Parts: sequence; C-alpha cells; structure tokens
Amino acid sequence: MNTPIAYFLVVSAALFTIGTVGVLVRKNALVIFMSVELQLNAVNLALVAFSRMHGNLTGQVLAFFSMVVAAAEVVVGLAIIVAIYRRRASANVDDVNLLKW
Amino acid sequence: MAADQIVFWVFAPISIGSAIAMLFQRNAIHAALFLIVNFFTLAVFFLVLGAPFLFAVQIIVYAGAIMVLFLFVIMLLGVDRDESLVERLKGQRPTAILLGLGLLAEVVFAVRAGVGFAAKGPANFDTVVNRGGNAQALARVLFRDYFFPFEVTSVLLIVAAIAAMVLAQRRTRARTQAEREAEEAPDGGMTEREREAVP
Repeated sequence: MNTPIAYFLVVSAALFTIGTVGVLVRKNALVIFMSVELQLNAVNLALVAFSRMHGNLTGQVLAFFSMVVAAAEVVVGLAIIVAIYRRRASANVDDVNLLKW
Repeated sequence: MAADQIVFWVFAPISIGSAIAMLFQRNAIHAALFLIVNFFTLAVFFLVLGAPFLFAVQIIVYAGAIMVLFLFVIMLLGVDRDESLVERLKGQRPTAILLGLGLLAEVVFAVRAGVGFAAKGPANFDTVVNRGGNAQALARVLFRDYFFPFEVTSVLLIVAAIAAMVLAQRRTRARTQAEREAEEAPDGGMTEREREAVP
C-alpha cells in the first residue's frame, strides 16, 4: 500500500463538504436526503482509512454500524417525505413551514 | 507507481466529480444515478484500504438496497419536475458554498496537522490484522467486543420498520355505527333533508 492515508482522508473531507453544501443549497427534500447519505459515506471512508492506518479493525466495525444506522434512517426519512408529500403535494422544503414562527 | 496508487488516482476524480455532478443536477433521478456512481467508487476505496467485506456491503446495501428505495420513492411521488431556484433567504447559496470551502480547508489543515501527508498504513495489514480473511477477522471483533451494540442495531431496525409502516400508512377513520347503518339503508343512506329534496 503506497498511497498515503491522508489522501483518502482528503477525499473524504471533500465528499463531506459537498454533502454539506448540498444540504444547505438544495430545495428538494429527496436531494437533501441524498446529500446526507453522501456525508454518511464520507465519514465511513474516513473510518475505514483510519482503521487501515492504525492496523485495527474497530474502524471497520464502526463503519459497518454506521451503515446499519444509515439504512434505518433512510427508511424513516423516506416515510416522512412520503407522508409530507401526501399532505402538501410537494417535496420542496420551503413548503413545509407549519412550525415556522 | 504501485497498483493502489493508480486505482486511487483513477477513482478519486470520479468520486468527487460524481458528487459535484449530483449537486448540480436539477432532476432528482439524475442526482440519484450520480450518487450510485459515487457509492461504487467508495466501494473501490474500501477494497484498496483492505476492507473487502465492507466493499461487498457497500455495493449490496447502499448501491443496491438504499438507492433502489430512493429511486422507488422518486418514481412513486413523481418528483420529476425541476426544482425552483427561488431563494427564500437572500444570499443563502453563496454563503453556503463559501462556508463549505472554509470547512474543507479546515479539515484538510487538521489532517495535515494530525496525520501528515506522508503517513502510510502498515504493510502487513492483510497478513496480520486480516488474518484468515477480512470477514473472519471482522467477525472476531464484532462478536467479541461489540456483540451488545450489534444486538441493539437489530432492535433499531425493527423500530425503523414499524415507524415506516406507521408514517406511510393512509389514515382511514373507522366507520361509526350510524354511518354503517346509513350505508345499509335501502335508499342509499340519505338524510331526512335529502329525501325531502328529491322530487
């Protein structure tokens, strides 16, 4: 393995940043959700890279758990989006302002 | 140049490029397809980093199950219209991109300070840490040290499945006794006033 670990961490940081900007910029709830998935995956990459760097499999186990939590989160989040869409006929987050003061 | 370096320099631009393309795609389906490309490149990174089990899980769970769920919901809702570009908050987009670049610079600086751009992983990772295969080694850690958290995730998945069922069901009110009697009535359940209105 000749690639420095830091390169993977920089790619991970870039993907996390793109995901963050996606959450802040986009208006479609589904695309915002995909950006959150991108962030979770970026963190997984960082965990696996650290696991490789330290010669310890705990990072991979943590990435595995984070995948499970992401799957649960996707299921609940998509159900919420479907419920909102039924009520508002829109997936735009600007239309969901009932709790806005 | 070693094989893993070639793989990295081929897949890193694809990974970041597909993520940026996802960001600029105004159609949700195209965004989802770019995200699938990004997940595949991440799976390749996992393989390079000595995690073949997570490579398989990434493709099966993320690129397979989760993205199919996403595409299914996009098709179900019919959200194929392009989204509006109206800004509710003035200057939100430039500020978000600026803050994002700041975050990136900060994290890269932290990586440089904490890890350094020369640090490489141990060369004997596959023979020592992944002894007997990555899946076996991972199972040793998972079922010895992290057995209880592993069981807790199963509870989490059940709760999530029930929550999805409750959230996504159509709410239909149970019919009252009076309504049921009205439906069974021979005149189609008209009220007194409706019956008078009929000529």
